Amino acid sequence: MTTLINKFISLEQGSSLLLELKRLLMTRLQAIVLPTVGVACFLIIWSLAANAIDTSLGKFPGPKAVGTQIVNLYQEHVAEREKEAAFYQRQEVRNAKRLAKDPSYQPKIRAYTGKETFIDQIGTSLVTVLSGFIVAAIIAIPLGIAVGLSKALNTAINPIIQIFKPVSPLAWLPLVTMVVSAVYVSPEPLLAKSFVNSMITVTLCCIWPMVINTSVGVAAINQDWVNVSRVLRLPSLVHVQKIVLPASIPAIFTGMRLSLGIAWMVLIAAEMLAQNPGLGKFVWDEFQNGSSQSLSRIMTAVFVIGFIGFLLDRGMLQLQRILSWDKDSAKR
Amino acid sequence: MLNLTLTKSKHFCRRIIGQALIAGMCISSSLVTLHANAEELGYPEKEELKFGFIKLTDMAPIAIAYEKGFFEDEGLYVTIEAQANWKVLLDGVIDGRLDGAHMLAGQPIAATIGYGTKAEIITPFSMDLNGNGITVSNEIWQQMKVNIPKRPDGKPVHPIKADALKPVVEKYSASGKPFNMGMVFPVSTHNYELRYWLAAGGIHPGFYAPHKGDTSGQIDAQALLSVTPPPQMPATLEAGTIYGYCVGEPWNQQAVFKGIGVPVVTDYEIWKDNPEKVFGITKAFSEKYPNTTIRLTRALIRAAKWLDENNNANRPEAVKILSQSNYVGADYDVIANSMTGTFEYEKGDKRDVPDFNVFFRYNATYPYYSDAIWYLTQMRRWGQISEDKPDTWYKEVANKVYRPDIYMKAAQSLVDEKLMAASDFAELANEDGFRNPQTHFIDNIVYDGTKPNEYINKFSIGLKAGDKI
Repeated sequence: MTTLINKFISLEQGSSLLLELKRLLMTRLQAIVLPTVGVACFLIIWSLAANAIDTSLGKFPGPKAVGTQIVNLYQEHVAEREKEAAFYQRQEVRNAKRLAKDPSYQPKIRAYTGKETFIDQIGTSLVTVLSGFIVAAIIAIPLGIAVGLSKALNTAINPIIQIFKPVSPLAWLPLVTMVVSAVYVSPEPLLAKSFVNSMITVTLCCIWPMVINTSVGVAAINQDWVNVSRVLRLPSLVHVQKIVLPASIPAIFTGMRLSLGIAWMVLIAAEMLAQNPGLGKFVWDEFQNGSSQSLSRIMTAVFVIGFIGFLLDRGMLQLQRILSWDKDSAKR
Repeated sequence: MLNLTLTKSKHFCRRIIGQALIAGMCISSSLVTLHANAEELGYPEKEELKFGFIKLTDMAPIAIAYEKGFFEDEGLYVTIEAQANWKVLLDGVIDGRLDGAHMLAGQPIAATIGYGTKAEIITPFSMDLNGNGITVSNEIWQQMKVNIPKRPDGKPVHPIKADALKPVVEKYSASGKPFNMGMVFPVSTHNYELRYWLAAGGIHPGFYAPHKGDTSGQIDAQALLSVTPPPQMPATLEAGTIYGYCVGEPWNQQAVFKGIGVPVVTDYEIWKDNPEKVFGITKAFSEKYPNTTIRLTRALIRAAKWLDENNNANRPEAVKILSQSNYVGADYDVIANSMTGTFEYEKGDKRDVPDFNVFFRYNATYPYYSDAIWYLTQMRRWGQISEDKPDTWYKEVANKVYRPDIYMKAAQSLVDEKLMAASDFAELANEDGFRNPQTHFIDNIVYDGTKPNEYINKFSIGLKAGDKI
């Protein structure tokens, strides 16, 4: 009887091992195959649908048109860099000539005046969104902690946050533009006004989720930890540093991830509307151009915007994994 | 014609340069027209400049001056930036975000007299002649077409007058539907041209009454005009928000290519060789940076000449540059349609309009006082200037805004440095800034820039001396 049972168990163990292996293989395979199938289906549906849609600018761009544009945009970038090199060379020659004629002249190298390529614009957008986001974080996290710690402050500020939170960037933009051009006056501005405009708009829109999440996280700290802090009679700053901050890090990060997503979406809209350099302006310019290539270039930009948004989110997640103690909150 | 005789005479001079008599004549004529100037032009005070433009083919002189290195030849490092609309562009120049811009001729004038934002803006350089068109939607075209006389080959007789549109407008107003049309800016050439064309056909485009706070320009209107930025015109027409529009190129040809509308008339037919865009800078800029001002004018003059040189030989290259996405960005074929001397009306009805875009010949770049005064007369005609003004006032305003003195300094130094020939400016030596009375209007009314009030009184639709809304 026992041998039979033993046999049975070993058999079951063996088969369960096999099953386990099979399941592992399946999940691995699924992780590769399913997305591939998904993307392939999407490409097929996309190209079929694209072929069926006729716009006044020609057919809706399919995958092939986007592929061509990626190559085009890259080549334009390379060509522009060559033009840039020639520009600096000409400038040096001109400076040398002038110096020969007028020895008191202080030669100066001026920045390239040519157009921003698609790749330059990606860079501009990234810098803008990150600056706006960092400024928002610097304001929102301390504010959120303060609000979370004090019930009174929370009650006082909550209505304001609730009202400003749902405001679209497009509503803020005209105000920001006018205020910036009135207040930000300097003969040699360090930052371009257009950059400041987009940055502030981004800040205004992504500050709120961070404040709310931080305050909720802070308010929901385990009461035992607060009691420990009380028992030890920690000064309030140390209390924040040793208890509150570590405890609310998962909530803060959740807010930051949300905010960064919003920031990226807001930025594209702001750039489009205010003609600030960046990907949004690229899309708007192409729309205005109305050439036969415009739609495929816009489609390319759509993918690039989506991909960068995805990378930003992943980046934030990675940061959260490294910094946060609560690995559960960083799973998805 | 002038262009032809000029190039002919140049060839003539070159061919028999050995013959002392003719050569002597050539030299002496250049001495007469432009006196040798010993004073050398200094280096620019401000070297890094930012210029704004709207995506229209008539911004070409700026693009060409950049791409052909004319700006750099002057030691100017220019960044060129497309602007969202005319208001943003004007504000940019006023608040200093832009150093200068491609402007509607009416903009510096309106700014100076304080219609809209008040600011002192001047222009040393007129950018082009002609270049606009009026387009109506396919639906309106079908209704209009029956009223237009046909040529033996079945194509409509040009120029098409607004008389053909009048019954359509009346039908719409009888059924209570507003007849909406688009133009690009309240003080734009397009607004005045569209109004001129409509009024010449007996359709009232409406009055402005700024003293009562009414800047919609739709008082008593049969056709309601509203503002749409040029690049959005085709899309707005397609959406059915407007039934027609007046705009610069390539946005009329774009409508033909997209098959959403039909250009019915070009501004060349409304007023032959009408002045169009100007290059605007603030007065403060021109005073603070006099050398820069002259130098940028020089670069623009050279670019304009390049555009018209050898009977438009450089136009295909110019079209290629303009079709880059950072300039006009429309397809090569669309821009080429009007820039290379033809214009496509109804699909397939392509006609020669060699002077559709004129950048240099006929003294296109010289800022004539009489051009400024024409815009002022139209502002008065439609009530943007709400009260009567004496003829002297018109001249004073023109003197303030249009600056042929700067233009002539630039031209002089170009000749001195042998970058251009004196014959390029042959007719301008004793120019007083007023063109001879001009006759080529669609309604045959003669315009004499020295008598603005008399001119205003000639129109059957429009405010006259003593009228006030």
